[in-house]
Amino acid sequence: MSRHVVIVGAGPAGLAAVEHALRAGARVTVLDQAESPGGQYHRRPPGADAARHGRSDFDRRRRLLAHPRCRWWPGAAVWAFDRVENRLHVLRGQPDGSGRRRLTLVPDALILATGAHDRTLPFPGWELPGVYTAGAAQALAKGERVAIGGRVLVAGAGPFLLPVAESLLDVGAEVVAVLEANPFTTVRKGWSARPWRLAAQAGKAGELGRYAATLARHRVPYRFGRAVIEARGADSVREVVTAGVRADWSIIPGTERTYEVDAVCVGHGFVPQPELAVAAGCVLDGGFVKVDGEQRTTVDGVFAAGEITGIGGAVTSAAEGAVAGRAAAGEKPAPALIRARDRALTFAGRLASAHPIGTAWRSWLREDTIVCRCEETTYGELVRATTDPARPGPHALKLGTRAGLGPCQGRMCGPAVSELCGGTERHHRPIAQPIRLGELAARTEGEPG
Amino acid sequence: MSDRPIRITVDGEALTGIAGQSVAGVLLAAGRISWRTTRSGAPRGVFCGIGACFDCLLTVNDVPDVRACRRPAADGDEIRTQSREENT
Repeated sequence: MSRHVVIVGAGPAGLAAVEHALRAGARVTVLDQAESPGGQYHRRPPGADAARHGRSDFDRRRRLLAHPRCRWWPGAAVWAFDRVENRLHVLRGQPDGSGRRRLTLVPDALILATGAHDRTLPFPGWELPGVYTAGAAQALAKGERVAIGGRVLVAGAGPFLLPVAESLLDVGAEVVAVLEANPFTTVRKGWSARPWRLAAQAGKAGELGRYAATLARHRVPYRFGRAVIEARGADSVREVVTAGVRADWSIIPGTERTYEVDAVCVGHGFVPQPELAVAAGCVLDGGFVKVDGEQRTTVDGVFAAGEITGIGGAVTSAAEGAVAGRAAAGEKPAPALIRARDRALTFAGRLASAHPIGTAWRSWLREDTIVCRCEETTYGELVRATTDPARPGPHALKLGTRAGLGPCQGRMCGPAVSELCGGTERHHRPIAQPIRLGELAARTEGEPG
Repeated sequence: MSDRPIRITVDGEALTGIAGQSVAGVLLAAGRISWRTTRSGAPRGVFCGIGACFDCLLTVNDVPDVRACRRPAADGDEIRTQSREENT
């Protein structure tokens, strides 16, 4: 019988893996939390027929979910991986609902394509309603045609801010400005070193041109070297303070400017979602899952593709997914697939060097600035705890300040706390997705055959 | 877009949304931007929009701690806003 490849995540990486694992003759099971495939990148309004980006590849791959050797499980939350029994634990049903079905799968090979979520650095007032991650603004605009506000400021770092601004304009919001914290010199140097290497990503240049034209048409200013340093308001955002920042993101005094807005969206890059890879025992490198030339993790039979191995966007994710799909099905990936993946990785490297995170962002914080949103732990509390000899080490710090112990389990504050307190970020969350106690106690339906 | 309307109630107030929208989408479209209070009593609503931050928790048909951004809204859903104390 052919190999059974289980793929977690139906975004660009997962869907490319489906296509190539099927081509190599494997049986495939694909799981995703959402009701429809595409991940965050191909998010579409209810009932919409076609995505704007990468339409042909996406539509072809989406149709493969109906292939006779493919089983598609939407609405599936993978909440644990038992590495002793090689068993994936899944809940199927309404998100966070009661009465979900508990199922397990024992794959011959597992491909993790669980993606990433926005990173937003803390600043005073970032916990106010009306402050959103760039990804939230995008998800609501693209997926539901809802604008997060009437007058919106978009800020942070990276090219992702541009499609976010475009989507906001599409749903009728006024975008007062788009601010890239890095100076023009950093961005230019990052993108233009050895430009011929970017030829493979020529489509990206056209996309950037389109965003630039859209911003110009709507008279939205795009500024380098400026950042949001505070959001103000009583129960929701009323105004936002921006400032000019140096290359290390320290504030240039006297450059502050206040905008009246009813929403702000901020994105400082992305954080991988590596819980299942960690549960499987995969080694991480700088927070990302370490993979070899064929997308194998350090654990036999477990592969990783897409944003959990490094941030590179949809094209890179799909290129990695294709290699992972072939390799997981037991076939040697063709040199052309490997070359396409390597070219895409060059692009990912550019992205990182053009849009770094400045180390002086902590100078935006005040004593009472909330860092852990769930437990409302402040910067002052963290600093005091770090210097307290009675609380040595990250574990004591966590217990003493409660940073990272709330409902999100450190997903939002983890990188900030580890950077501020000089520790390492822990990604070990034994329960990767919330599960109700009743569901935990319920009988498991095993995999037939 | 099919635009099939659905009706839900939020703390007893009737709201109209479109089939396929998340509970968060229906609330935001109706101008509600916060529906949960933290331990300190501060208001919260959507932050990350994709299920990672747990800021948007609310109670759906008597089941607490449902992420509003992940749950598709269904016709007739009864939604209640919730405070952190209620469940800790």
